[in-house]
Amino acid sequence: MTSHTIWEVPGGIHPPENKAQSMAQALAECPLAPEYILPLNQHIGAPSAPLVSVGQSVKKYQLIADAEGIFSAALHAPTSGTISAIEERLIAHPSGLSAPCIVIAPDGLDEACPLEPCEQPFALEHAAIVAKIRQAGLVGMGGAGFPSAVKLNPHANTSINTLIINGTECEPYITADDMLMQTHTHELLEGVRLLAHTLGNPDNVLIGVEDNKPEAIAALQEAAHKANQKHGCDIQVVSFPTKYPSGGEKQLIYILTGQEVESGKIPASLGIVVQNVGTAVAAWRAVRYGEPLIERITTVVGQSLQVQRNMRVRIGTPMNFVLEQNGFMASQSARLIVGGPMMGYALEQTCVPVIKTTNCLLAPSHSEMPEAPPQQACIRCGHCAEACPAGLLPQQLYWYARSDEHEKLEAHHLFDCIECGACSYVCPSSIPLVQYYRAAKGDIRKAAADKLKSDKARERFEHRQERLAKEEAAKEAKRQARKAAAELNKAKMAAQQAATETSHSQNLASTSTHKDIQPPAIPAIASAEELVANAATAAKAQQDPTLDKARLSRTVESLASSITRMKAQMAEAVSEGLDPSRIEKMAAKLKQTELKAQEAKTKLDAFDKTLATGVLVDAAAQKMMASPQDAAAKTLSSLQKRLSKAQELHLEAVNENKPSADALKQGVIKLEQKIEEAKQALSEAQNAAPSSSSSEPQQPDAAAAAIERAKQKVQAAASMTPEQKAQAAVESLQKRLSKAQERYAKAQETHDENLEAFATGVEKLELKLKAAMEAQQEGSEQA
Amino acid sequence: MLDWMINNPVPSALLVLAALSLSFGAILGFAAVKYKVEGDLLVEQIDALLPQTQCGQCGHPGCKPYAQAIADGEAINHCPPGGQATINSLASLLGVEAPSLDAEHGQAPEVKQVAYIREEDCIGCTKCIQACPVDAILGAQKKMHTVIESECTGCDLCVEPCPVDCIDLLPVEEGVREWAWEKPNADLIASDRVPSPNSAEASV
Ligand code: SF4
Ligand code: SF4
Ligand code: SF4
Ligand code: SF4
Repeated sequence: MTSHTIWEVPGGIHPPENKAQSMAQALAECPLAPEYILPLNQHIGAPSAPLVSVGQSVKKYQLIADAEGIFSAALHAPTSGTISAIEERLIAHPSGLSAPCIVIAPDGLDEACPLEPCEQPFALEHAAIVAKIRQAGLVGMGGAGFPSAVKLNPHANTSINTLIINGTECEPYITADDMLMQTHTHELLEGVRLLAHTLGNPDNVLIGVEDNKPEAIAALQEAAHKANQKHGCDIQVVSFPTKYPSGGEKQLIYILTGQEVESGKIPASLGIVVQNVGTAVAAWRAVRYGEPLIERITTVVGQSLQVQRNMRVRIGTPMNFVLEQNGFMASQSARLIVGGPMMGYALEQTCVPVIKTTNCLLAPSHSEMPEAPPQQACIRCGHCAEACPAGLLPQQLYWYARSDEHEKLEAHHLFDCIECGACSYVCPSSIPLVQYYRAAKGDIRKAAADKLKSDKARERFEHRQERLAKEEAAKEAKRQARKAAAELNKAKMAAQQAATETSHSQNLASTSTHKDIQPPAIPAIASAEELVANAATAAKAQQDPTLDKARLSRTVESLASSITRMKAQMAEAVSEGLDPSRIEKMAAKLKQTELKAQEAKTKLDAFDKTLATGVLVDAAAQKMMASPQDAAAKTLSSLQKRLSKAQELHLEAVNENKPSADALKQGVIKLEQKIEEAKQALSEAQNAAPSSSSSEPQQPDAAAAAIERAKQKVQAAASMTPEQKAQAAVESLQKRLSKAQERYAKAQETHDENLEAFATGVEKLELKLKAAMEAQQEGSEQA
Repeated sequence: MLDWMINNPVPSALLVLAALSLSFGAILGFAAVKYKVEGDLLVEQIDALLPQTQCGQCGHPGCKPYAQAIADGEAINHCPPGGQATINSLASLLGVEAPSLDAEHGQAPEVKQVAYIREEDCIGCTKCIQACPVDAILGAQKKMHTVIESECTGCDLCVEPCPVDCIDLLPVEEGVREWAWEKPNADLIASDRVPSPNSAEASV
């Protein structure tokens, strides 16, 4: 046994130990309780997820709730019985609140389910051992209940050089670890060796025990000596002077290694892992015997009990049941404290269960632990700063905590306070300093959470505003485009109307000169031009529609190609004489695809139409600048191009015997007709050209042509008799009507959206025609 | 040059000074453009202190607009969700006296609330979605809607538009995880104590 250097932590106090009472008696076994209450969250981290349902019967050791993620722990049934409830129950927590628990009604048989022992635990891989420890639901049994498997699984880039086993147990009254070290010495040593093995056999393996536990130290030293000889390891049992609170993780590390863990860091950053003695034993039992954590040693102590001793208590046992086993005298009891007198908390209810971290139940009498005297003003004596093991300035922290100065508190390292209570203990003014710190820590955490939440709300709010603005802008752009298109249409109509109106007015006036008809037409054209320009810019402001168009036409193409492919397949199938049902299916599929293709095609067409706002507008603008002659020539050439293409396609289709050949042929014929028309238009334009281009060289296109035509009509009309005029009007109306009817029929076929509009158009024309015919009759009658 | 400067000390000093001030001016001007602070700092700072409930009780369509209004001189006590704490921090930011909450805009809520849609009653009208300032409601036309609890600020804006009144504002439940110690009552003196529990029994 080599002696080990001991460093001394600053501060610390020496409260009365009160450890003898509970060590006088042997370790006892707590009998089966009438009910077991197992909180789902006995550890730091996420609550476990229940695996059982109410009414289900379970065996001892059975897994009843599984770990939810890495920072969580599994939960096992402490005895056999049925699940009587999964509900909120009061738990051992300073808040006195309830939390979800699994409740087991024991059947008294204490039947265990078979365990999976492991004869050669040291032959296991690191991962296998960690998995077994995780499955056993092990958590740090000394204090906060940190899931043990997490600590044994340090980051890949940190190498562990020191394993410290914490047997300090510095808090008064508590002797659970002392008892464990004396009664389970062998298992503890095996557990230590196993943990060292799991961590890759660090250079230093230290068991730290305060020198107020001589029996435990002696037993451990003997066992360690034996183990070292037998297995060639180097486990050191280090005893050091008793002082509260040496058992804090950071304090113990300093005492044993002289190293300080930086504020906000974990010991693993120094290559150190600290585990409690209870955890080491439980780890050994878990790996060697496959035994999950279902019981622990708890000190039951205090003068309001007839028997003060350590008990092996199953997790989930109600505390009042444990107290009853030890002759609890409620009348004597001042309060019930979970944990020790320094760091424990008082319970309001005693029907709460013992959990994995419950190391002590303290039921003091009034004389033993009188209520703290009322707090008085701080006299700035500085005792608290001397006592603080973390090197803080408790007095400063107190002032800042009182006035809620969160930044100052953090600047003074409030979060390094281990809430040991040493400062409160020495304070002559009986200021409950730790309570202030706990409250301040809670406030700061809450404020941080609120800040996070409000930041998130701000972000969401801003995103929403942005989204709404975008939607609004998009709507506005659409509205603009639609307006522009409508106005363009209107302008065209106006131009036409102007033309017809002029003819009307000419009709009425019979004698009117060239100049009279010009004024109304020119503004219309000018505004049309303007509108076109507007519409063009509006359309351009929207995103490039040609991309969408390209996508659509791609779809059409791919559908067409898949149709040909399917047809080929079908032909093959037919020639191979496959069974008819399959062929039928294929045919059905083909039909579907064809339908789809058609749909895509119509969409594309529709798209082309909408695109017209943009593209056509440009084209129209160009056309306006061009003379009617050029326009006609252009139309003709483009039509000719289309015709040659259509002819090609048709030929191909005929050669390949495609069903589309007929349709294509129709198309060719139509195109040929159109070309005829275009040719005529061209020749007309050529005839008209000299006059129009010479008189108004700048006057653009369609409107101009319409006016031209109107003029011609007027001239023609001028030479007509009224009867002839009426006749002409009727004829033209009839022509228009038949055209409108045609369009209506077409719309009906294609289920056009604007069907109604077409219908009303036809109706109106019919009315007009009627009126015109009546007028004609009247005219002829008058004649 | 040097000779001239020595012979004409006053004009040369003036020239040098003029040159210096010009160059510094140029540097400062450049810095002002290059290191320009984005956005309005004061408004951002004020906005950071507001609770971001986005409830509109202050008479503005959200916290940011109210922050802007405060920067433009509006009173700082118009935000009920923030309560006195927000007023205090605003007062210390702006260096003014902290007034108490203007009751005209409502009372500070006692507990945090969160909206809850009784899902069996929801008709899927999407009205609440349009009302929620932080997009905390999930749903679609004629489909059941629900509130994402963690995102809801409890602003109350979705309650009114619901045509079937299926939205309730429920207090946020405080579990063991949210619980925190309370500050001890510092002003307690010996005679204020509750009678000693010598006779009282700990409940078993
Ligand atoms: S021990 Fe108490 S009285 Fe003394 S300085 Fe600290 S807080 Fe003040
Ligand atoms: S409770 Fe905190 S401040 Fe007080 S002595 Fe312990 S560590 Fe220091
Ligand atoms: S009243 Fe509502 S909207 Fe206005 S600042 Fe406060 S939380 Fe934001
Ligand atoms: S869900 Fe309702 S209460 Fe919650 S933030 Fe949205 S609108 Fe406000």
